[in-house]
Amino acid sequence: MKPPPQIVAALFGVAALAVFPLLAPTYYAGLMIPFFAYAIALLGFNLLFGYGGLLSFGHAMFIGFGAYGTAVMAGVFGVKSFELALAAVVLGSALAAIPIGLLCVRYTGIFFGMLTLAFGMLFHSFLFKFYYVTGGDSGMRIPRMNILGLEFAQYNKITFLTGPFYYYCLALLVIAAFAMWRIVHSPFGLHLRALRENSRKAEYLGVHVRRFRLAAFVISAAFGAAGGAILGFRIGLADPELVYWTQSGQLVFMTVLGGFHHFLGPVIGALAFTFLQDQLQSLTQYWRFVLGAILALLVIGFPAGIAGWADLANWRLKSRKAAA
Amino acid sequence: MSAFANIVLGGVFHAAVLFLVAAGLQLVFGVQKILNLACGSFYALGAYFGITFVGFAIASGMPAWALLPVLVLAGLIVGLVGLPIERMLRTVYGRDESFQLLLTFALLLMFQDVFRFFWGANPRSIEANYLVYGKLAGGDFTVPVYNLLVILAAILVAAGFGLFLQKTNYGRVLRATAENRAMAEALGVNVSRVYAAVFTAGTMLGTVAGALVVPTAAASLDMAVELVVEAFAVVVIGGLGSMPGALAGAVVVGLIHAYAIYAYPELELLATYLIVIGVLLLRPAGLFGRPAT
Repeated sequence: MKPPPQIVAALFGVAALAVFPLLAPTYYAGLMIPFFAYAIALLGFNLLFGYGGLLSFGHAMFIGFGAYGTAVMAGVFGVKSFELALAAVVLGSALAAIPIGLLCVRYTGIFFGMLTLAFGMLFHSFLFKFYYVTGGDSGMRIPRMNILGLEFAQYNKITFLTGPFYYYCLALLVIAAFAMWRIVHSPFGLHLRALRENSRKAEYLGVHVRRFRLAAFVISAAFGAAGGAILGFRIGLADPELVYWTQSGQLVFMTVLGGFHHFLGPVIGALAFTFLQDQLQSLTQYWRFVLGAILALLVIGFPAGIAGWADLANWRLKSRKAAA
Repeated sequence: MSAFANIVLGGVFHAAVLFLVAAGLQLVFGVQKILNLACGSFYALGAYFGITFVGFAIASGMPAWALLPVLVLAGLIVGLVGLPIERMLRTVYGRDESFQLLLTFALLLMFQDVFRFFWGANPRSIEANYLVYGKLAGGDFTVPVYNLLVILAAILVAAGFGLFLQKTNYGRVLRATAENRAMAEALGVNVSRVYAAVFTAGTMLGTVAGALVVPTAAASLDMAVELVVEAFAVVVIGGLGSMPGALAGAVVVGLIHAYAIYAYPELELLATYLIVIGVLLLRPAGLFGRPAT
C-alpha cells in the first residue's frame, strides 16, 4: 500500500528542515527560529480561523502570554528548564483564555474580531503602562535556559540557536503539527467545520456551538503561547511590541499567505512571510508598502494562498494527464 | 474647578476629532458593511497633507486668520484619494468579512510607508501658530479659541450630516441603499455611484479630522495605528453603523481619556478598553446600535 501523499510530503518537509542548517548560512538558520515559533502559533490560530471561521484580531496577545510568561518564569522564579517554562505558559495561557474566550465566542464575524482586538490592546496597554511590573516599553529580559536538562555551555548564543535549539524547535513543530492534525481530524474538528459552514444547522443537530468555539479558542491560545515562548527565548526579551494589534494583523497575513483552507497552509505562510520580510527589509526601507501590496493582491486575486495555488497547479497537471 | 474645566474641554476637543473619524467609519460601515481599518491612515494622511498644504499657503501669502478654512480645504482635497481606494475595495464587496478587514489592513501597511516616503520618519508639526484665534480666559483657566472652533466645526458636521441623511433626497437614497442594496438597485439607484460617494465622504471626514488636529499636535507615523483602536472603541461603544452612536461614543471615549490622563495616567488606554469590553458584554449592539443578526 502506498502511503498517502500528505504523509510523504510532510516527511520530505521535515527532512528538508533537518538538513537546512547544515547547508544554509548561519544567518538563515537563525531566521528559522521565528519561523518555527510562528508556525506553531499559526497552527493554533488556523484552528480558530480556517477551521472555525472565527477571525481573531488579537491573537498576538497569546504570543505575548508565552513570551512574558517565560520571562516571569525564568527571571522572577528562576526556572532553569525551558520545558518547564513552556509547559507553564501553555497551561497558563489556556487557563487565561477560558474567561476571555467565554466572553468572545458569544460573537462571530466582525464583533468577534473587534472584541479580541480590544482584549489584545487591553493586555498591550497593561504591559506598556505598568512598567514597574512589566518593564514598560523596554520589556522583560529572558535569560538563557537549558533544554532537556542540558546546558550546552560550550555553545555561544548563535551556535546554540542554530544548533541544538534549532532541532529542538523542529521537534516541537512536528509534535505541534501532529497534535493539531489529530485535533482537526477528530470528531471535534468535524464539529468545528460544521459550525463554520452553518452554525444554526449544526446547533439543530445538537452541536454545542459555544462550547466547541470556546475549546478551539483555548487550544489556539495554548499553541500561541508555545510560539511566544520560543520567540521570546530567541530574542532574549519579551517586549510589548509583540502584542500590538498590528502584530495580530501580521499573523492573519501569514495565514492567508500560506492558505487557510489547508492544514499546512499556516506553516507555509510563516516560512514564506519570514523570508519575504527579511529579504524585503534588506532591499528597501519601504518593505511595509510591498508587504501591504502583496497582501492586497492576495486578498483580491488569490485568497487561497500558496497552498491553494499548489493545489490548483496539481489539479491542472492531473486533468492534463487525464486528457492525454 | 480649573482642573475640571480642563478635563472637560480637553476631553471634548478630543471627542470632536474622534467623532469626525468615527462618523466616517460609521458611514462606510452603514452603507457598504465594510469596517475600515485604514480610517486611521486617512486621519494621518489629512494631518501630513495639512502640514504641507498650510506650508504652501503661507508661502503664497495666506493671512494668519485663514488657518482653519485652509486646513479644512486641505482635508477635503486629500480626501479625494477615497475615490481610487473605493475602486479597489469594490473587488471584495459581498465577500467574507475577514477579507474586507484584511484588505483595509493592507491599505494601512501601505500608507505607513507612503507617509515615511513623503514626510519622513520624524514627527512633523505645522509652521503656523494656531493661537492667532486668541485664547479664552474664564475664571482660572484658559483655552485656545482654535480648540473651541474645532469643537464647533464637529458639531456643525454632526448636525449637517443628520439633516442631510434625514431630510434630503440623496440622504434617503443613502439610507435606502444601506437598508437593502438589491431593492435600492431595483428601484433605479446607481449603487456603485452611491458607494463611491459614501466612501469618499467617509475618507474626507477622516482627513479633515487629521488636518484639524495638526496645529495642536505633531503628525507622526504612530498616529494612524493608534487612532484606529480609539476609533474602534468609539464605534463599539456607540454601536456599529449608528451616527448618534458615534457622537455618544466619541464623547465617552474623549472624556474618559482626558480624565484618566489627569487622575491616573497608567489607566489612559486601559480605561477605554475596559469600557469597550463592558459595553460589548452588557449591550453587544452598543448604546445606539441595532442588535447584530
